[in-house]
Amino acid sequence: MNNSVRNTARLTWAALRALLVLTVVTGVIYPLAVWAVAQTAFHNQANGDQVTVNGKVVGSSLLGQNFNLPLRKGQTTPAPDPKWFQPRPSVAGSGGYDPTASGASNLGPTNPKLAQTIEQRRAQVAVFNGVSLSAVPVDAVTASGSGLDPDISPQYAQIQVDRVAKARHLPVAEVDKLVQEHTNGREFGILGEPTVNVLKLNIALQKLAG
Amino acid sequence: MPIAAGAVGSMSPICADVLQVTALIVALALVYRPFGDYMAAVFASPKHLRVERWIYKAIGADPDAQMRWTAYLRGVLAFSAVSVLFLYLLQRVQNHLPGSLGFSAVSPAQAFNTAMSFVTNTNWQSYSGETTMGHVVQTGGLAVQNFVSAAVGIAVAIALVRGFARSRTGDLGNFWADLVRCVVRILLPGSFIAAIVLVACGAIQDFGTWHHLTTLAGDQQAMPVGGVASQEAIKEFGTNGGGYFNANSAHPFENPNAFTNFFEIFLILVIPFSLTRTFGTMVGSVKQGYAILAAMGIIWLIFVIFMSWSEFAHPGAALHAAGGAMEGKEQRFGVGSSSLFATSTTLTSTGAVNSFHSSFSAFGGGIALLGIMLGEIAPGGTGSGLYGMLIMAIIAVFIAGLMVGHTPEYLDKKIGSREIKFAASYILITPALVLIFTAIAMALPTPIHSAANPGPHGFSEVLYAYTSAANNNGSAFAGLNANTDWFNTTIGICMALGRFLPMVFVLALAGSLAEQQPVPATAGTLRTEKPLFAGLLVGTVLIVTALTFFPALALGPLAEGLS
Amino acid sequence: MTTGESETKTSSETKTPVENEENETSKDAMSTTTPVRAPEDTTADAPGAPAEHGRVGGGVFDPKQLWKSLPDACRKLDPRVMAKSPVMFVVEIGSVLTTVMAIAKPGDWFGWAITAWLWLTVVFANLAEAVAEGRGKAQADTLRKAKTNTVARRLTSDVEEQVPGTELRIGDLVVCEAGDTIPGDGDVVEGVASVDESAITGESAPVIRESGGDRCAVTGGTKVLSDRIVIKITTKPGETFIDRMINLVEGAARQKTPNEIALNILLASLTIVFLLAVVTLQPFAIYAKAEQSMIVLIALLVCLIPTTIGALLSAIGIAGMDRLVQRNVLAMSGRAVEAAGDVSTLLLDKTGTITYGNRQAAEFLPVHGITAAEVADAAQLSSLADETPEGRSVVVLAKEKFGLRERHEGELAHAEWVPFTAQTRMSGVDIEEDGIARKVRKGATGSVVAWVKEHGGSVPEDVQRLTDEISQAGGTPLLVAVEDVHGARVLGVIHLKDVVKHGMRERFDELRRMGIKTVMITGDNPLTAAAIAEEAGVDDFLAEATPEDKMALIKREQAGGKLVAMTGDGTNDAPALAQADVGVAMNTGTSAAKEAGNMVDLDSNPTKLIEIVEIGKQLLITRGALTTFSIANDVAKYFAIIPAMFAVAYPGLNKLNIMALHSPQSAILSAIIFNALIIIALVPLALRGVQYRPMSADKMLRRNLAIYGVGGLIAPFIGIKLIDMIITLIPGIG
Repeated sequence: MNNSVRNTARLTWAALRALLVLTVVTGVIYPLAVWAVAQTAFHNQANGDQVTVNGKVVGSSLLGQNFNLPLRKGQTTPAPDPKWFQPRPSVAGSGGYDPTASGASNLGPTNPKLAQTIEQRRAQVAVFNGVSLSAVPVDAVTASGSGLDPDISPQYAQIQVDRVAKARHLPVAEVDKLVQEHTNGREFGILGEPTVNVLKLNIALQKLAG
Repeated sequence: MPIAAGAVGSMSPICADVLQVTALIVALALVYRPFGDYMAAVFASPKHLRVERWIYKAIGADPDAQMRWTAYLRGVLAFSAVSVLFLYLLQRVQNHLPGSLGFSAVSPAQAFNTAMSFVTNTNWQSYSGETTMGHVVQTGGLAVQNFVSAAVGIAVAIALVRGFARSRTGDLGNFWADLVRCVVRILLPGSFIAAIVLVACGAIQDFGTWHHLTTLAGDQQAMPVGGVASQEAIKEFGTNGGGYFNANSAHPFENPNAFTNFFEIFLILVIPFSLTRTFGTMVGSVKQGYAILAAMGIIWLIFVIFMSWSEFAHPGAALHAAGGAMEGKEQRFGVGSSSLFATSTTLTSTGAVNSFHSSFSAFGGGIALLGIMLGEIAPGGTGSGLYGMLIMAIIAVFIAGLMVGHTPEYLDKKIGSREIKFAASYILITPALVLIFTAIAMALPTPIHSAANPGPHGFSEVLYAYTSAANNNGSAFAGLNANTDWFNTTIGICMALGRFLPMVFVLALAGSLAEQQPVPATAGTLRTEKPLFAGLLVGTVLIVTALTFFPALALGPLAEGLS
Repeated sequence: MTTGESETKTSSETKTPVENEENETSKDAMSTTTPVRAPEDTTADAPGAPAEHGRVGGGVFDPKQLWKSLPDACRKLDPRVMAKSPVMFVVEIGSVLTTVMAIAKPGDWFGWAITAWLWLTVVFANLAEAVAEGRGKAQADTLRKAKTNTVARRLTSDVEEQVPGTELRIGDLVVCEAGDTIPGDGDVVEGVASVDESAITGESAPVIRESGGDRCAVTGGTKVLSDRIVIKITTKPGETFIDRMINLVEGAARQKTPNEIALNILLASLTIVFLLAVVTLQPFAIYAKAEQSMIVLIALLVCLIPTTIGALLSAIGIAGMDRLVQRNVLAMSGRAVEAAGDVSTLLLDKTGTITYGNRQAAEFLPVHGITAAEVADAAQLSSLADETPEGRSVVVLAKEKFGLRERHEGELAHAEWVPFTAQTRMSGVDIEEDGIARKVRKGATGSVVAWVKEHGGSVPEDVQRLTDEISQAGGTPLLVAVEDVHGARVLGVIHLKDVVKHGMRERFDELRRMGIKTVMITGDNPLTAAAIAEEAGVDDFLAEATPEDKMALIKREQAGGKLVAMTGDGTNDAPALAQADVGVAMNTGTSAAKEAGNMVDLDSNPTKLIEIVEIGKQLLITRGALTTFSIANDVAKYFAIIPAMFAVAYPGLNKLNIMALHSPQSAILSAIIFNALIIIALVPLALRGVQYRPMSADKMLRRNLAIYGVGGLIAPFIGIKLIDMIITLIPGIG
C-alpha cells in the first residue's frame, strides 16, 4: 500500500516534469522560433497583411469589413453605402464583421428562420443593386463561416458595378475594369473558388475616384 | 497569393473539386512511403538524440527500460492527468498571467471542459478563442497539449503495433521515449515547416496586443493577434482541431486562402494515413499496411463523394432559397473545398472546421456526424485512427476467420476470447457514451434549450455534441450553446471516458498479443493483406456503425433530409 | 501400429534394409490381423469413399425431431438455463415484459401477437438445442444398456469373490469368462479372449484381446465371447470410458470451446450495443413527439440483437460433436474438435493410413542370362507355400504378367513344401519333375544368399546391383534362387513395393490447399520412406521413427506455433498423443493411448484423421457463417421497423419503407415473425453444418461471404415482405 502510494507519487512527479519540459520545448521555444522566422522573413504576413491608405492602416486584406452609411436616428441596422462594393452578409458581432466575435449563424438547412432571412437578403440585394431576384448570387444572401470573409464572388461584384459607378459618377466600364483586375481565379486553377477581395477593390475604387 | 486570374469561370466547381481531391491523393501518396518509414525508424531506433537525452534527464526516466502494458498505461494516465490539472490551473489563473490580453480567469466548468478537451485530443471548444484565451494559455497551454495529446495517441498506437510485431514478451516499449521521440522527431519538425508555410501564406504570428484601426468606411475595427501560425500547424498536423479563434479554420488569419486550406487538409490526413505504412513496416509486411490504408482510403473517398454530392445538390428549404449551400462557408473555399475539409476533419479526430457543419445540407451534416460515429478510423486521429481501425480489423478477422474454418488469426496472432474481450469492450465504449449522454440530455428539460434550431436539427445538435465528444473529434453543430454547466461537465466527462477507456483496452490487447507466440500463416489462414479483406473491413465498419446509430440518425439527419 | 517396430528398432540405426523389411513384415502381419473384421472394410471407406458421398456430410435432419424435442425445449425456458445464452436471455426477459403489458391491455391484438411470437422465438431457440441434444440421447441410451450393473468376479489373493461392478477400485483384478460382461475398463494381464465390442463401436465382429502388448485394453460394458482373461482395472467407476461416452454424446459434459466463448463475448457486446440503441431511443422519440410503446421497443430490440446465431450457437457445437460420433469418433472435449480445424501439421502413420500396409510384388528382375519368365516361374513356385500377403502377391503378379496359372500344392507330386517362417525368412519347394530334382527358394536377400552359398553355388555380381537399385527406389528385394543339375544359383530378384492407397495423392493436395502440412511417419529407412513419400505426395516424412523422434517432431512444430494432429495406438505413443493438439487414439490401442489422446476412433481407422480435421473446420465455418447472416439480417429489419415507428412524426421517413409494408403494425409483426421463423429454418443447417469443401481460405471466404453475408442482407427483405403480404390477409390486420 505504502509502496504503491510512493510509486504513484514518483510517477506523477515524472509526468509533471515531462509536461513542464515539453511545455518549454513546444510552448515556448517552438512558437518563438516560428515567430522569429516569421517576423524576419514574412513580416507583412505575420502581422495580418495590414493595408495602408495614406500611411494609415485601414484594415487587413484578410479580414472583411463593413461599408455602411453612418447609423441614422431611428435605425437599428445601418444601411449599406452605395458608393462601396458590399461584402457578404456577416453574423460576426451585432453589426457584422466584428473580429472579436468571429463565427457563423449555424442555422440549419431546413430552418424556416434561415430561409426567411435569405429571402429578405435576396430582396434587399436585388433592390439595392437594381437587379432581378434571380441575378443575386448565393454568396450575397448567405453569411460566411467566419463572419469575416474578405471576399465576394465575381458574380456578386459584377451586379454591384452599375450601382457603384452610378453612386460615384464613374464610367461603368472603368469600374468594370477594376473588378476584372481584382478578380482572382482558383488557386493553381483548381483550389477553392474565384474571389474578389472587397477591401482591395474598394481601395482601388477610392483611388480611381480620387 | 492569388494566381491564374485568367482562369475565372473556366472550369465548373465540380470539375475543380475532382481535380483538387485527385491532387490531394497524389500529395498524400507521395509522402506516404518516406514519411511512414521515417516514423517507423523513429520508434525502432536504438539511438537517442542529444536533446532527447536532456529531456529524459529532466524527466528522470530511463528511455531504454521496457514497459509492460500496465506500466505503459500508467505512464499514459499519469501524464494525461497531470496535463489536465496543469491546463485547468493555467486557465483558472489566467488573469494573473502575462500576455493575458486583459482576459479574466476561465470559469471552473469551462476550464474543466477545455482542459479535458485539449488533453484528450478532442479540442471541443465551448469558448470563443478571441475573447477568452490570452497568449500564455493559448501558446503555453493549449498548443502544448496539441503536441503531446497527439504524441500520446501515436505512442499508444505504436504500442499496439509492437504487440503484433513482438512475441513471447510482455514488453511494449517505453512510454516516455515514445512520447518524447514523437514530439521531437515527428511533430516539432513537421509543425515548424508547416507553420512557416502558413505564415508565408498569411497566417499571423504576432505576440503583440490587438490592433485598433479605422476602416475605409470609417468604422472602428479591432484586429486580433496571436501565435496563430505555430498553433494552426500542430492543430492540423496533430489532428487536434482547436481553433485559435472562434471561427476556427474558417477564420482568414488561420486559413487565409484556398492553398492553405488544401495544405491544412493535407496536414490533417498525412500522419493518420502514413501511420499505416509505419504499421506495415513494423510488423514486417507493408502489404498489411496497404490493406488497412485501402480500407481507410475507400471509406474516406466514399464520404468525400457523398458529402460533396450532397453539398453541391444543396437540398433543404433554406439552401434551396439561397441557390446553394454557402451558408457558413467562405467564398475563397466554396462548396468543394469546404466539403473536402469537413469530411477530412470528421473522419479524423481533428474537428477543425473551415465551414460550419450545422448549416450543411441535412445529408451533408449527417455524413459528418456518421464519419465521427465510425469511431474516426478512416483515417482517424494521430494514432487513435490506426488503433481504432486495427480493432475493427480484429472484429472483421474474427467473424471472417471463423468462416474459413480456422481459429481467427491476425498478423500471425490468434484472436481468442481474451483479444475479443478487449476489442469488443473497445467498440462498446463510444456508442455507449454517445447514446447514454444524448438520451439523458434529451430526457432532461433544460439541455435542449441550448439548441438554436428547431425539430430534428435541434436533436442533431445534441447528438452531434456527444458524438463529437465521445469520439474526441471536437467539431460541432455549433448552433448548440455548449457553454452551460451541464454541457461543459457532461461533455468533459464524455471526452475523458471516450479517450482513456479505449486506450486501456488497446494497451491490454497489445500486452496480450505481445505475449503470444506467432502462428505461422498457411494456405488455410485468412489473407489479411488482400483486397477482399480490405473490402470486408470496410463493410464491417460501415455495418456495425450503421446498425448502432440508425435509429438516432433516423430521427436526426434522415428525418430532416427526407422531409 | 508403429509400436512393434519402434520398440525393436530404437537401438538399430545400422540395420540393413533387409532387416527392416523383416520388421515391417512382422508388423504388417500384426496389423492385418489385429482387427478381426476384414481389412477391406477400413480400406474401402478410407480414402476414396468419402469423396463419393459428398465430403463431410451430417446426420439427416428429420422434422419429426422438432416435435419430439418440444417438451425439452419448454423445460429449457427456466431462466437459470437461459442465462447461459445472454442473447436469448434478453429475448426471454422481453417476452415476459410484453406478456405483462399484453395482460394489462388485453384488447390489443398487436401486443398479444408480438408476445406470442417472442415466446416462439425463445422456444425455437431451445428447440434447436434440444434437437441437437436429442440426437445424442438415443446413442446414450444404447450405451446405458451396456452399462447395466454388472457383477464382477474380483480376485483377492487368488480367491474369487462376487462384487458389484461399481465397487471396483483401480488395481483390482477381475476374472471374465465367455459370456461375462467386462465390469470396468482395464488391461488384460492374463489370457487371451475374443471380445464383442459392438456396444461401443457398433461393429459386430469380435476383436481379440490378450495380455501384454498393444491389444491388452478392454472396455467396461463389452462382452467376452470366448476363453478366460484376468483384467486389471484401470479406471474408477463412473469415470469409465462408457461413462464418459454417455456424458459426451448427451452433451452433459459439454463445455464451451475457446472460439465459442470468444463468439459469445462478441455477441454479448453486440447485444449491449443494441440494448443501448433501443433504450436510448425513447427520449429521442419523445422529443420527436413520437413516443413508442414498450412492446414496439422490445420488438425492435429482439429484431436487432443477434438472435439467429444466439439461438443456434449451442446447437452448432453439439451437432459438431455429434457429427464426429456418427463417424465413430469420440472427442473428449469440444476444444479438441475445434483444435482439429486449426491443425496445420498432420502426422500420418505410413502403414494403414498411406499405404495398404503390405508390400506387393511389382516386378521380376532376372540376372544376366536368365529371362524374366523363368524368374516368374520360379518365384511363383517358391511362393505357393508362402501365405503372407507378400507371397500371395508374387503369385498374383506372375499370373498377371506371365499368365502363369496358379498351381496348387496338391497338384505337384513329390513336392516338399518349405513354408515361410520368420526364422528362415524363406519359402520354397523341393520337387522332382521328370526325375530331375529341383529346389526353388525365394526370400530375404541375406537368407537366400546364405542358402545358395551353403549349396555350393555362387551369387552373380549383378544381384548386388539389382538389390541396391530396388532399395534405392524404396522397394524391398527378394531373391529367387534354384538348385538343380546346374548347381545352386540366383535367378533373379523380385521387387516388392509398398502400395500407396488409391486417391491419397489427391487427398494430400487438398490438404495442402487447406494449408495443412502432412508428415509421413514410418519405420522404414530414409530411402524407402522418401520413395513412398514421393509417390503418395506427402510434404515431409520421418523415417526410422522412434517415439522419441515423433515427440521431438511434434514439439518442434508446436514451437513454430503449429497445431499438430496424430494418431496412435501403442503405449509408447501415449506421450506423443498427449503432446499433440489433436491426438486420436485407436480403439484397438492400449488404455494408456486412449487416456493420452483427446479423441478415440472406435473404428481404429487412421485415415479418419483427415475427416476429423474437416469436421473441425466445418464447425467453425458454421458459426462464422450464421453470425454473419444474423448481423446482416438487421439491415432489412431496420428498414421495416424504423419507418413504422416514426413515419407518423416525420412522414419523410416513409421513404425508408422500401419494402412497402402494409402498416406499421404489420411491418413490426412481420419482422418479428421472420426473426423467429429464420431460427427454425436454419436448424437443419446448424445441425448439418454448412457445406464444406477443401479450398483455399480466400476462396472459401469469398464463397461464404457471398452466401451468408450478401444472402443475409437480401433474404430478410424478401422474407419480411412475404410475411407482410400473408398476414395482411388476416382480417383485422389487413
